[in-house]
Amino acid sequence: MSNALVSSSSALPTLGSQVRLARLRNKRSFVPAVIRCASLLACIALWYLASTNKWNVIVNFENVPSPAAVCQAAVQLVSSPKFQGHLLSSIARVFSGFGCAAVLAIAIGLGVGRSKLLSDLLMPPLELLRPIPAVAWIPLAVLIFPNPEESMVYITFVGAFYPILLNTIHGVSSVDSNLIFASLTLGANRLRVFSDVIVPAALPAIVTGLSIGMGNSWFSLVTGEMVAGQFGIGYYTWESYTLQKYPNIVLGMIAIGLLGMLSSLLIQRVAWFFMPWAKLGTNR
Amino acid sequence: MKGQAHSTGSGQAGEISIRNAGISFLASDRVVEAVRDISVEFSPGSFTTLLGPSGCGKSSLLGAIAGFVSLTQGEILVDQRPVHRPEGSRGVAFQHHNLFPWKTVRGNVEFGLKMRGIRKTERQRLVDAILDRVKLRTFQHSYPGHLSGGMQQRVNLARVLVNRPTVMMLDEPFAALDAQTRLQMQEMLLELWNGLKMTIVFVTHDVDEAVLLSDRVLVMSRRPGRIRADFEVPLARPRTADQLTSTEFNRLKKYCLELLREESLADEGAGEGGGISLPDLELTPSTSEQDR
Repeated sequence: MSNALVSSSSALPTLGSQVRLARLRNKRSFVPAVIRCASLLACIALWYLASTNKWNVIVNFENVPSPAAVCQAAVQLVSSPKFQGHLLSSIARVFSGFGCAAVLAIAIGLGVGRSKLLSDLLMPPLELLRPIPAVAWIPLAVLIFPNPEESMVYITFVGAFYPILLNTIHGVSSVDSNLIFASLTLGANRLRVFSDVIVPAALPAIVTGLSIGMGNSWFSLVTGEMVAGQFGIGYYTWESYTLQKYPNIVLGMIAIGLLGMLSSLLIQRVAWFFMPWAKLGTNR
Repeated sequence: MKGQAHSTGSGQAGEISIRNAGISFLASDRVVEAVRDISVEFSPGSFTTLLGPSGCGKSSLLGAIAGFVSLTQGEILVDQRPVHRPEGSRGVAFQHHNLFPWKTVRGNVEFGLKMRGIRKTERQRLVDAILDRVKLRTFQHSYPGHLSGGMQQRVNLARVLVNRPTVMMLDEPFAALDAQTRLQMQEMLLELWNGLKMTIVFVTHDVDEAVLLSDRVLVMSRRPGRIRADFEVPLARPRTADQLTSTEFNRLKKYCLELLREESLADEGAGEGGGISLPDLELTPSTSEQDR
């Protein structure tokens, strides 16, 4: 891309070389794709063999449902309103908990990263609470919130809050000082330096925090639902165990995995929308 | 009109006076004296180069004029007003461009105008004009990360010049570019200067660059930086690459090289007094006062 003018005049690619390049590119994307698919299929095949032959070496596969049984359960349940209800309530909890965490952690992080006073004021209690995992909050959360729904949301909030906060602080405090100099010599005042330089410069770090936070909030929610929930996908998975509907356990796990993956993807897409320069920078 | 706020009508803006300037700073518990007792005047619209070995304090002096390095002694006045902090009227371009990676070429160039609250239509007109001048109109929607080094430096110049600064400081702006691009950029800079007539203070360690571009060259000593020599470059303008081979050019170049060689040979103590003899060459001394 750089020195485009110079390189295009000195080494103009011929038609033949372009075709060769295209072929090479196809080959390079085709071969890895085959390997990746084969790897996935091998895992499913292994699962199939282990569950149908009821292997019992260290790990006991006796009660593990086969892929076929899980598929069957999936076909039945995907259309059932009960399963959808569990899914939707989990999604709603994650998004409200994560949303509150994002707003609060970014706001506090931006302030703390730029102001010594705010940092001295807010960081000691936050640092004190930080080592407590979200899951350890479950009993107290159930006690302090009027209904279990709010305590679940609170747990997802705690899970997402710290990664977003710490990444935001890091992003703000590591802004290239040359960019701040540049904006000052171009006539920016302190407020504009903050809004037009520090915030966009910290954005990539904030996005990293958001995607870690999203993973954490799913993790916290599922644990919370298993321990103290009355519905939700985590509760559903645990309930399937107690009711001995073993294929449904695996189905619940797959659903949790998919939801986590999709929400990370969502964050990535939203980030690309707000940071087109960062998307172009990576080789995607 | 606010768009032209920085240039006064008389064309006399951009006068810099440095009076007994000294800069020291702390570097790991040791006081380093970067610049000692420099007094020099730059007339409005002049092109002056600070030439010196690396680490001679020329960048510190430039930073002090810009307003983000504070003096430990003396004062700097720009148009009779003491310098306290960076301002849009004093533009700076560094060797490594510091363009905002999240803004397009156009967004970067527009930044200073936006900060000064200039209306959108006016902004568009000014940005279009400067982008045409640096021949980057077709790349206006690209991000800096996708441009070559020469183009990035052109955006950098445009971003500063769109504010019509009365003083423009350049700190080895072309040092990272290849020889051919550097020549193109030097010519472009002279063209822009010719059109806009701001005072330029240019820092370099490249003798060719110093002599080819400037009206006047200040050769600085090793740290603590003082002015070793101050002379005018009598080459005709407009300057072109052809002049790089003229006898006059070579005479000046040789003079500078000898000064620099003596600086690099002199040990720490010898820099104090007048122990070094100036090369015996006939030169037009600058009209403004000399440091020694």
